[in-house]
Amino acid sequence: MFTSKTLICAALMMFAGMAQADGPGLGQPLAQDEIPVYARYVMPDGTGLPAGSGSVVQGAEVYLYDCSSCHGETGAEGPIMPFVGPNELWPKPAGLHWPHATTLFDYIRRAMPFYAPKSLSNDEVYAVTAYILFRNGVIEEDMVLDAVTLPQVVMPNTGNFIDVWALQGDKPW
Amino acid sequence: MQGDAGVATKADNMNSLDTAAGGGLVDRRQLLGRCFALGAGAAASGLAMTGQSRADGDLAQWVTQAGETARAYGMPAPEEGYVQRAVIQLYPGLAPEYGFSGTPLQYLRGSITPNGLHFEVHHGGRPQLNAYDHRLMIHGLVERPLQFDLAALDRYPMVSNVHFLECAGNSGRNAFDSGPFQITIDQLHGLVSNAEWTGVPLSVLLDEAGVKPEAKWVVAIGDDGPGMARSIPMEKMMGDGILALYQNGERLRPEQGYPMRLLLPGYEGNMNVKWVTSLFVTDNPAHTKSESGEYSELLADGQVAQFTFGMGVKSLITHPSALMTMQGPGFYEVSGLAWSGAGRIARVEVSADGGQSWADAELAGPVLSQALTRFRIPWVWNGAPTDLLSRAIDETGAVQPARTAWKAKYAPSNYLHYNAIQPWRITAEGEVENVYL
Repeated sequence: MFTSKTLICAALMMFAGMAQADGPGLGQPLAQDEIPVYARYVMPDGTGLPAGSGSVVQGAEVYLYDCSSCHGETGAEGPIMPFVGPNELWPKPAGLHWPHATTLFDYIRRAMPFYAPKSLSNDEVYAVTAYILFRNGVIEEDMVLDAVTLPQVVMPNTGNFIDVWALQGDKPW
Repeated sequence: MQGDAGVATKADNMNSLDTAAGGGLVDRRQLLGRCFALGAGAAASGLAMTGQSRADGDLAQWVTQAGETARAYGMPAPEEGYVQRAVIQLYPGLAPEYGFSGTPLQYLRGSITPNGLHFEVHHGGRPQLNAYDHRLMIHGLVERPLQFDLAALDRYPMVSNVHFLECAGNSGRNAFDSGPFQITIDQLHGLVSNAEWTGVPLSVLLDEAGVKPEAKWVVAIGDDGPGMARSIPMEKMMGDGILALYQNGERLRPEQGYPMRLLLPGYEGNMNVKWVTSLFVTDNPAHTKSESGEYSELLADGQVAQFTFGMGVKSLITHPSALMTMQGPGFYEVSGLAWSGAGRIARVEVSADGGQSWADAELAGPVLSQALTRFRIPWVWNGAPTDLLSRAIDETGAVQPARTAWKAKYAPSNYLHYNAIQPWRITAEGEVENVYL
């Protein structure tokens, strides 16, 4: 004996089955709270930025302790991909070359420091991002970055990129 | 059949053949039906053969006893132990996990790369993840956010395709070094490999999650320390992208993304995200670190080329190649690899006179789309100094450029997507050197 609820379930399953005609439909539902923070990416418009904030001064402290051994005393010396530019080692320093400031926040949060990625707090990541942008002359020393102010930062190189995919698809440049 | 005298005799025989182009390139059809003793002289190699000859009638020890028992996993012969990847660490003291290993193309003769020799590039080392805990999440602009474990994915219909992978930075030293650096091709060009990849079409998994109409991109994210992330057009994901689970028939090797990676035919290596755990469906690209900096190209006019996905048409003579020593004048088979991110290789031309004349090499079939293709052409070296070159043309008509033409497009520092012609100089002493023409 079928209840109306059972019938609705059966109908939904049939619909799902049709939608998944090419596969067995074995995916399990994924709840929002099952998605770790690094499984998303902060978008250039700021979507995905968390609460918290950080200043240039705070960032200088975090930088000295967690970052300077690879990127140099002030971020311009390296040896590994110094992010302050222009410099002699790396022609695409992150703080000058990258088209969007949000990328700095997301990348530092997911990937740095090299031997302890994902260990910095959101406040610390905002602060290091502020320090990098200040060192490149992109923001003033008294600026505090957060989910509102970071996406408003205009990167100096942002108008200099050619979107090759939009222009000619995947045909080699 | 070893020794210079034997080779010289062969050269004398070869001199009666019709040439296919200058410098001693021979029409392969001329070889058919002729009986040449092509022994030690048939291959240039850095390896000195030290085998001892036996008197006729002696019995080797191994024919007088039982051999070894069957073993559970086969390994190369001990004599082949030198066939290893070239490990390169840019910052060995500070961050050795940021590094590469190049395929030893100079020791391989077919087109498929053995799994243990497939090149690696790691930005944060190879994670030691647990395959049974690993999951693939599909979320963002989808109707039904889903997750899949390996056991579930193994039940999906799969496809098997042979494709090359090439790091966008492969061959980069030839791009930015002001003069040609003398290293073997595992270090110079080894960040390209070719395998049969088996897995689930990404379109099947994305369709199951129900992609919303406004979804145009997928940010693929890996489960390694740095959480490697790349934005990939939905068109490519739904077109021929696969979630690869198997590499040359066996499970992916850990350094190739075990238990699952993206495989995007023809696209720069970095986009084929290893240890992939998240497909974050979006309306726009995320401008991840890799596509903002490391894999964007500085152009000659000061602009930056971004979202440059396809790998250009390219070829490389592997035999002979840099730092090998020729074994005297005589017959050699010039052999190499050609590939294009845009489709099949249509032709490979070889020159043995520094580019003055060219002959078509034979392509070893089947010639597959976006896969390494082996080419070969017979050559009789007369012992005089010369330059050997190969030039590939793909089915779209794209022609591999000369180095000067390639350099003219980019800023001097750019080393990405370098696909220029590689000339090898053969000296009078038979040394093979990297050279710019």
